[in-house]
Amino acid sequence: MDTLALSRLQFAVTAMFHFLFVPLTLGLGWLTAWFETRYAFTGDEGYLKMARFWGKLFLINFALGVVTGITLEFQIGMNWAEYSRYVGDIFGAPLAIEATVAFFMESVFIGVWIFGWDRLSKKAHAGAMWIVAFATNMSALWILLANGWMQRPVGYVLRNGRAEMVDFWALVTNPYGWLEFFHTVFAGWVIAGFFVMGVSAWHLLRRNQEDLFKKSFGAGAVFALASSLLVAGVGDLSGVNTARNQPAKFAAMESVWETRTAAPMALLTVPRLSGEGNAVEAIKIPYLLSLLAFHDPHAEVKGLNDVAPQDRPPVLPVFLSFRAMVGLGMLFILLSGLGVIVWRKDLFARYPLFLKIMFFAIPLPYVAIQLGWLVTELGRQPWAVYGLMRTADAVSKTVTPGQVWLSLGGFVLFYTALGAVDVWLLAKYARKGMEA
Amino acid sequence: MDYAKLWFVLWAVLWTAYFALDGFDLGVGFSGWLAAGNDEERGKVFSSIGPFWDGNEVWLITAGGATFAAFPPVYAALFSWLYVPLLLLLLSLIARGVAVEFRGKASSPAWKTFWERTGAVSSLLAALLLGVAFGNIFRGLEIGPGGYAGTFIGLLNPYALLCGLLFCAFFFFHGQLWLSFKIEGPAAARAAGLAGAAWYPLAALLLGFAAYSWAATGLSGNFYARGYLLALPLLSGAALAAAKVLLARGLPVGAFLASGAAIVFFSLSGFAGIYPALLPSRLDPAFSLTVYDSASSPYTLRLMAWVVALALPVVIACQLWVHRLFKTPLQPGELKKSGMY
Repeated sequence: MDTLALSRLQFAVTAMFHFLFVPLTLGLGWLTAWFETRYAFTGDEGYLKMARFWGKLFLINFALGVVTGITLEFQIGMNWAEYSRYVGDIFGAPLAIEATVAFFMESVFIGVWIFGWDRLSKKAHAGAMWIVAFATNMSALWILLANGWMQRPVGYVLRNGRAEMVDFWALVTNPYGWLEFFHTVFAGWVIAGFFVMGVSAWHLLRRNQEDLFKKSFGAGAVFALASSLLVAGVGDLSGVNTARNQPAKFAAMESVWETRTAAPMALLTVPRLSGEGNAVEAIKIPYLLSLLAFHDPHAEVKGLNDVAPQDRPPVLPVFLSFRAMVGLGMLFILLSGLGVIVWRKDLFARYPLFLKIMFFAIPLPYVAIQLGWLVTELGRQPWAVYGLMRTADAVSKTVTPGQVWLSLGGFVLFYTALGAVDVWLLAKYARKGMEA
Repeated sequence: MDYAKLWFVLWAVLWTAYFALDGFDLGVGFSGWLAAGNDEERGKVFSSIGPFWDGNEVWLITAGGATFAAFPPVYAALFSWLYVPLLLLLLSLIARGVAVEFRGKASSPAWKTFWERTGAVSSLLAALLLGVAFGNIFRGLEIGPGGYAGTFIGLLNPYALLCGLLFCAFFFFHGQLWLSFKIEGPAAARAAGLAGAAWYPLAALLLGFAAYSWAATGLSGNFYARGYLLALPLLSGAALAAAKVLLARGLPVGAFLASGAAIVFFSLSGFAGIYPALLPSRLDPAFSLTVYDSASSPYTLRLMAWVVALALPVVIACQLWVHRLFKTPLQPGELKKSGMY
């Protein structure tokens, strides 16, 4: 493999690993802050135990999210030096802003929260977690505005042999970035909701601290239901946005080859492995694809046949990831909806099977969020910056394959060990239950 | 206003702040165990940096991000040319962070020892690598017409290695001073003793490094041209001397602040020496990456200057508030509640 292929693989591995940890923190911070606030205002010690229990799991997870994030920043300079040179003038700004205004806030206040139990009032201590939760979500905003710029570059001119920023406001208001932001953070909240439901279900099956785990389950279920509905809603808008701005990606997501108006959607589609056309297209629903793509049943949907082969993303992985993600998203609405009912009617004892399912469902939102990123990033190929810079032109020229083998091997070994330790610690503290 | 020049100063200040702030975390990480006599004290040593290290490391992320936004070609060159050292620095910083966070979660003494050793080795490696990297920058890299023409082994030259040692000695001193007032009991006295003993080799290294810089690098040129810049290295030496005096008088907080000032002025001296280059070439100054040819557009530089002007005071105020909040050492009950001990 050459430096390009290895660097792409390394970016995928390190970004996906980073995103095993970040999304849970995006949502679990809010839930922890909510529990602690109820304690601060009511004095109910049960909520304190909940805040401390879920907060501890938040922290174990948070640590890895932080340290693996540095890799992504460094790597853009290390492996993508040509990219850094060409677009750093505009792309560097949101990254630097993220560090200065968001990342700093979460790093400072997480320490305050961990060690400040006896040094702050109850309300101020809960406030520290609200700040952490807010800041982690703000971090996501700036990072996704940067990614949104790669998907739909705005606010720049080509000058002095590079892309120079001329309109920061356009970067900050780029709808692509905002849609990615909402889709991603809501998905992170779904992960948190399912995590809380799953861990609570495990304890409820064992009748441990039933009162507190029922309350936790309920909060997780309501949070997960609201978030999974929001993810789906934003997902629909994102689809329209993608069809407008990145027709090749949209065509790959749906494996559409013929450009046509009033396009139907084939529920059963099997793309050819050769990468040209579909082997099967069946159960067509008229107008549906046009409707999904443009919210207009007669709109024209572009097919991959009208995209030059060298400008097409890899169709099969994008198509499969997209279908699986959407399917999982529907399942989350169903499961969290059932979760709300089971909680409201206190049916926990009657449906132990449901609790088992919810425990084993913990990994599913993780799978969905990784698939979503595969759609976004593989679907953007062959571009690093859509329509502006090809991935092949973005890679460092001076870095040798040997160097990337070394770093990739180092990351894989190191991350595997870290991941194992982290999951083991999460499981250990999750099983332990709340303080008596 | 010339924003490129302003950004050179900000760039230097951000890296300098990182060295002074994470310096004590790293020092505690690799040398704190020397002051601790038993498991309980090692726990105190680790948790003394608990509320701070994460916030301190943000200065590295910000320095990196600022390099990217304000001087993209420097970011691209520095990180891709120094690929392997940067990789090692990255892995060390990851290991350090994980060790600090997970030590308290260890279930057996063997795991605790494992995280302590991981924290020590990774902190030492990070300090050394930072020193070697910036030693090479101060010395000048082998940048030719086609970019970097040096080798990995070439980065391990005596001058850069001396700079690496100096960073380790600075952080050792800084870290022990931190412990001397951030933990209670006999370990604090041991830390003060270790700091006092480390002062002599540190002072010798600093003097040696200054002399070596004068004799064998291009750093002296700016100091000849602008004599007032000599205040920076002199202030570094004076601050280090003050640290020794304050320590001897039993004023560890003052000594710690003075050692921080010594690091700050030392680092600023190096940056003052390389100006206007950010990455000087030792082959020919024409190939150096300078503020003139590596800066972002005036629009971006102005925008980022505003961001820094608005955000940095808040960052600093919050971090000072955290230092005030955790002024007194953490009590056993607090350590237990934190789950970090």
